[in-house]
Formats: sequence, structure tokens, C-alpha cells
Amino acid sequence: MSFVEYSEFIQEGDVAIIFLGHDSMMPVKVQQGAQTQTRYGVVRHSKDLIGQRFGTKVTCSKGGWVYVLHPTPELWTLILPHRTQILYTTDIANITMMLELKPGSVVCESGTGSGSLSHAILRTIAPTGHLHTVEFHQQRAEKAAEEFREHRVDHLVTVRNQDVCKEGFGVTGVADAVFLDIPSPWEAIRHAKNGMKRQGGRVCSFSPCIEQVQKTCEALADEGFEEISTLEVLLRVHDVRSITLPLPDFGSDRPLETPTDTPVPSNASVLCKTTTPPRDMAGHTGYLTFATKPSV
Amino acid sequence: MADNGDDDSQHRVNEGDYVVLKRGDIYKAVQIQKKKKTVFEKQWFFLDNAVGELYGTTFEVVTDGKLQPRKPKHIESSADAKEAGTDNRNIQDDGKSQKLTRDDIETLKEQVQQLIENSTTFRDKTEFAQEKYIKKKKKKYENSVMVLRPSCRILAMMYHGREPGKICHLRYDTLAQMLTLGNIHAGSKVLVFETCAGLVLGAVIERMGGYGSVVQMYPGGGPVRAGVESFGFPSHFHDTLHEFPICHVNALLAGTLDTEAKDIDTNAGQANGDKSNLTQTDPEKAEGKGGSPDTEDQSMETSTSTDPAEDKEREEREKRREIRAQEKIVKTEEKRKKLSAAAGVLKGRNADGLVIASRFHPCPVLLGLIKFLAPSRPFVVYSQYKEPLIECYSKLREQGGAVSLRLTDSWIRHYQVLPNRTHPMLLMSGGGGYILSGTTVATDTTKAKTCSTTAEEPAAKRLKLTETTEG
Repeated sequence: MSFVEYSEFIQEGDVAIIFLGHDSMMPVKVQQGAQTQTRYGVVRHSKDLIGQRFGTKVTCSKGGWVYVLHPTPELWTLILPHRTQILYTTDIANITMMLELKPGSVVCESGTGSGSLSHAILRTIAPTGHLHTVEFHQQRAEKAAEEFREHRVDHLVTVRNQDVCKEGFGVTGVADAVFLDIPSPWEAIRHAKNGMKRQGGRVCSFSPCIEQVQKTCEALADEGFEEISTLEVLLRVHDVRSITLPLPDFGSDRPLETPTDTPVPSNASVLCKTTTPPRDMAGHTGYLTFATKPSV
Repeated sequence: MADNGDDDSQHRVNEGDYVVLKRGDIYKAVQIQKKKKTVFEKQWFFLDNAVGELYGTTFEVVTDGKLQPRKPKHIESSADAKEAGTDNRNIQDDGKSQKLTRDDIETLKEQVQQLIENSTTFRDKTEFAQEKYIKKKKKKYENSVMVLRPSCRILAMMYHGREPGKICHLRYDTLAQMLTLGNIHAGSKVLVFETCAGLVLGAVIERMGGYGSVVQMYPGGGPVRAGVESFGFPSHFHDTLHEFPICHVNALLAGTLDTEAKDIDTNAGQANGDKSNLTQTDPEKAEGKGGSPDTEDQSMETSTSTDPAEDKEREEREKRREIRAQEKIVKTEEKRKKLSAAAGVLKGRNADGLVIASRFHPCPVLLGLIKFLAPSRPFVVYSQYKEPLIECYSKLREQGGAVSLRLTDSWIRHYQVLPNRTHPMLLMSGGGGYILSGTTVATDTTKAKTCSTTAEEPAAKRLKLTETTEG
């Protein structure tokens, strides 16, 4: 198991994901002799997990069952311990494509935060790329580095504990792409440019407020970035339902034979498959501003 | 500056490269060929001078369609906007504010300055309106073109802008969701079924980076890959790409697919023919199958020709036939090898991902191909319409073998960001299609038996029969 490589069977030391239901998943670190409590009962690692295939159904002590899944960055995003606000898959997908990430890409990122985007970047740039991620909060930086080791992707990433706005990314002229998710991205644009390859590359900044976007776009233009483009993407989830629509009774077209004849309520109805939107949905995560550093 | 080397060579345009031309928001994919006339946005030019320049260079089109790298960008002079009004209360739309005639404009195309100087209302416009005017005129008469390296981002935006019908109206942000939800990455084994001109296939190959394998499941006579070519992948990427005709899926699943000697060309009947047999039968068939023009040609020849040239011609025809037959044998053999290789990849039923984006009904495609996936692997199905995906969702729920089913679509909005003029763009895309995604899980062996299609189909038929006899 690794976040950048599938394997068939669960081994000791793996991170596995226990799937209890769509909105209910938990990560476990697989260890001989260890047990994990779920609401369906106990999962015994030695018997239920080690040596089993990812994706199998595990029957728990109380007779309930769970599935055990192979970790992916997308599943991790749904269950990771939040140390900050995180980026979700919809934004991550667009960031990945618009930054033109692929195997071999060298990427600079700040801040690391809870590592939601970092895992997705690592998955995409493996096995030959590298991620330089900068987090100014020491504890968060350490925690992220520890997670990368546990997830067996530490060979692909360097975590630096410094202030990106003052000290930059710690590398010069190496990045194909830069991603910024910090409160004042405009202060880091200069460093982003320095971190990037002389032959150019792509940059993205994520900001919740339009004023931040405004300042960032100005800074990008001042530094000679081209193709500056701001966009926003929202995900709509459709809940699939079978609904029953009753049909009204229009009565008989013959005149009523007896005045006392009360109309019998009709049970006629039509069943149809449709979708309904969830009652609440994320209306805004952040604006994504992209730009290209021209080759010099 | 500590640079990662001065190796510019891989960043420069070479002859034969697949590139994308860009002007404004318009893209066009072309191949760099010497002395080849290229038409882009009502303008023609030759790309010869792009060779050797860095990717991302902007060129001016000069005389005789030659390209000339543009000098460092001239900062837009704010002098133009020195004299400006504050509002538009005195501006009349009399259609006569531009004093130049159409011919004058033709001769002064690039000289936006002339347009400005001859516009009586320009000085009265607000600073913002002036800028907009200049921008509009520049856009109209600009003759520059940018040469870009192709990427999934650029090609997805190009296809969506130019030929959305060819890619089932798959919008770029939807494609982005698919690649991420499908966990497409280096080293995995991914199945792709698409009728999106090869764009989706190319996007998957880009994310695999030449590591792992991709099996393109294709409908009809052969796989469509026009879009893949535009990516300009290095040749070793193609070694990881396999193809398998969807019409043999049932046979493969049933274990009855024989890839050893059988000819898999559907329109050829020499199923059990050896090589010598092939050479004999092929020319006849080529004649017969050649279609009406061919046979017509022949009958005309035989009836009119009395000169000695006829013999010679016949000889040549024979030769051509033989060559054709020979080629066909080679092709058939190649095809058989390819089929057997792809079958080998699929046989283990341990694929790591499945991506479907086609004009076909997604339900049978998904239910058929999901069988090739290992448990705990993501799959993603695109459809331009929501209803067929509702059906997929319901069938999968019934059948089991998948969790985390989600039916989604995404909504994208672009912004104009300018000092004091920031707002969403006036025009946005209405719809980019729908996605059904999920993760496979192991099915109970007992349940799997009753769920298999072979057991289901006869039962359904019988049911129908009894219904009709009763009724």
C-alpha cells in the first residue's frame, strides 16, 4: 500500500480505510494484534485485515459488516484530521489540470495545511516528480512530514518550515508549477516566480475573498505573468430517488347516478426515478486564479 | 541564479512537433511542417520560423505569411487615455462617430491608434470605456499568434470551444473531475471507453506518464485517436497503450475468446485459413468487397480496351492486388497480436481504474466493463445527460459490487478581474455533463452467481413469455 501505488493485499503497517457508509469512513493503521472499534463491532487486524484483499467485506463481532478500502487521496480528503481548512476534491481536480501536473512535475506549494492537496499532487507527479511544500506553522509542518512517511510518499516531498512570503520556497528555478493557499498570496508572487523554471510554468492561487484575488492579479501582472484567469467551480450532488406522484381523480364522465354517491379516493399514482438536490450545498469555497510564467 | 541547467532544447519547438496555436481564447492544434500553409482565425501563415523558438513565444504575422517573434511586450501606454470624460451623458449613437471608411480601416488594420484619433467620441468616453474600445479594436486587428506546447488543459479547452459535439459536450472542468475521481496515476492499469475523439484517452495517458498500461476499449472497426495525436506524446508512451474491441468483451468474459489463430477482422471470413489460404482468397475478396466503383471501373475497362496496354495494366493490377493481400496479412497478424496482448492485460480482471465517456448508453458499458476491475478501485462514467446515469446508479445498487456511488455535475464561472471592474463574466457555460463515480468492492460469491448476466437473461425472457401467454 502506498498513496501512489495500488497493492492487492493488506499488509502490516498499511493505512487502510474502513468504510461504514458513504459519510462514515475511518482510517486505520494496520498492526498485528491491534483492534479497531466500529459501530458494527470490533475489527481484529491480525484476522480481519492482514493478508486480506483490499475491497473485501469484513464481518465484525456484532454481526455487522464493513468494507476495507485501499487509500486514495480522494478518500483521504474525506477523512483526514483537520488542522486547517482544507481543499476538497472539486477544487483539487481543477487545480491539478490547470497547473498541468503529471508524472515528473516539480511543484511548489504553500501552505501545507492539513495536506489534502499535497496528497493529490504527490499522487499525480509520482514516481519522478517532487513536491516542495512550505508551512510556517511548525507543528503542522511536523505533522505533515510524519503523515507523508506513514503514507510512504516521503521520498517525493520536502517539507520546509518557513514563511513563504519572506523566505520563499527554499528552491530556485526548479518548479513547473506553484500553488498558493495563504492569506496574502500577493506577497508571495515574487517568490513563486523565483521558484519556477526559467522556461516558464503555471501558477495558481486559492483565495476565498475577491479583494485577495484583486491584489493577487495585480501582483501577477506586475511580475510579468500572462494568461491571468480567475474562476470558481462548484460541485452539485444529485441524490437519486424513486418518487411517487399521485394522480388526481377527475371523476367519471357519466352523470352521477345517485346523489348520495360519494367519490371514492383513487390510489392511482406514477412512480418515477429522479434526482433531488441536497438541501444545502457548498456555495463557495474560493476563487482560483491561474497564470502562466512566460519563458525568458 | 541557481538554475536547473541550460537545457533549453526540450523547451524549443522542433519540426514535426504537435503544437497548439493561440490567439485570445481561441486555440488550434497543428503539426509543425516546413512550408505548410496554416490557416488560423481567418489568417494564413507558415510555421517555419517557429522552429527553434521557445514554447510560449508570441509571433507577429508579417509579409508573405512569415512569423516573426514579437519583441518584449510593449507596456500599454496610458498616454492614450490622458484626456477622458467622466460619464456618457453627451455621447450620441448616430453611427457616424468613426469618420474613416471601411477601405481606410482595411489599409490601417493594425493601427488602432488611427482609429482612436479619428473617433470623435473617444475623448468623451470614460477611461474604462476608452480601454475597452482599444482592447476591442486591438483584438479585431491583432495579427499575433502564440505557439504552445499541447497539454490536457489546452486541448480540453480547445475541443470544448471548437468542437464540443465531437467530445459529447464534455467540459474541461468535468474532465478534470474524472481524472481525479478515477485516481488516474502512473503505474496503474486503466480501462478507457470513450467516443470523445481520443481527448479522454490522451488525458489519461498524460496522467500515466508512460508508466503502467491503458487499455482502450473501442466500438466499431477501430479505435479513434485523433485527439491523442495532438498531445504529441513521446513514442515510448504508445507502448503502454493497448486496444480491445468492445464486441469481444462477452467472449473474453465467458472465456471463449480465441486469440490464437482466429482472424478477428469482423468482415473477413477466412477464420480458419492459414497463410497460403489467405493469399489465395484475399484478392478475390478484395475485388468483391471493393464496392461498386471498383467493379464498375473494371467492367468498363474490359469492354472498351482493345489495345495492348490492357495486358500491362492487368499485370499491374495483379501486382497491386498481391501487395494489398500481403499488407492485409501483415495487418491481420498485427491485429491478432494486439488483441491477444490486450486480452492478456484484461484477463486477470485486476484493472485499477475505469473511465467511460461516450455517446453510447453508459449502463451496459459500465456493467460490462466493471467486471474487469479489481476490488477497491475507483470508476467514473461521464454522460451528457443525467437520466442514463440514474439508471446506472439504480442497477449498480441492485447488483452490488460498488460503494460510494455519487452522481454529480460541476458548475464553472469565470471572472473578469480589473481595477474597479471585477465581476463574473457575462457569458458562462450552461452545462458540462454529468458524472457517476464510485468504488468497487468484492462481491459475495453466492450473490455474484445469481447476478451474472447469463443467469439473468433467460429468466427475464421466460418471464415475458409467461406474461404474454397469460394475457
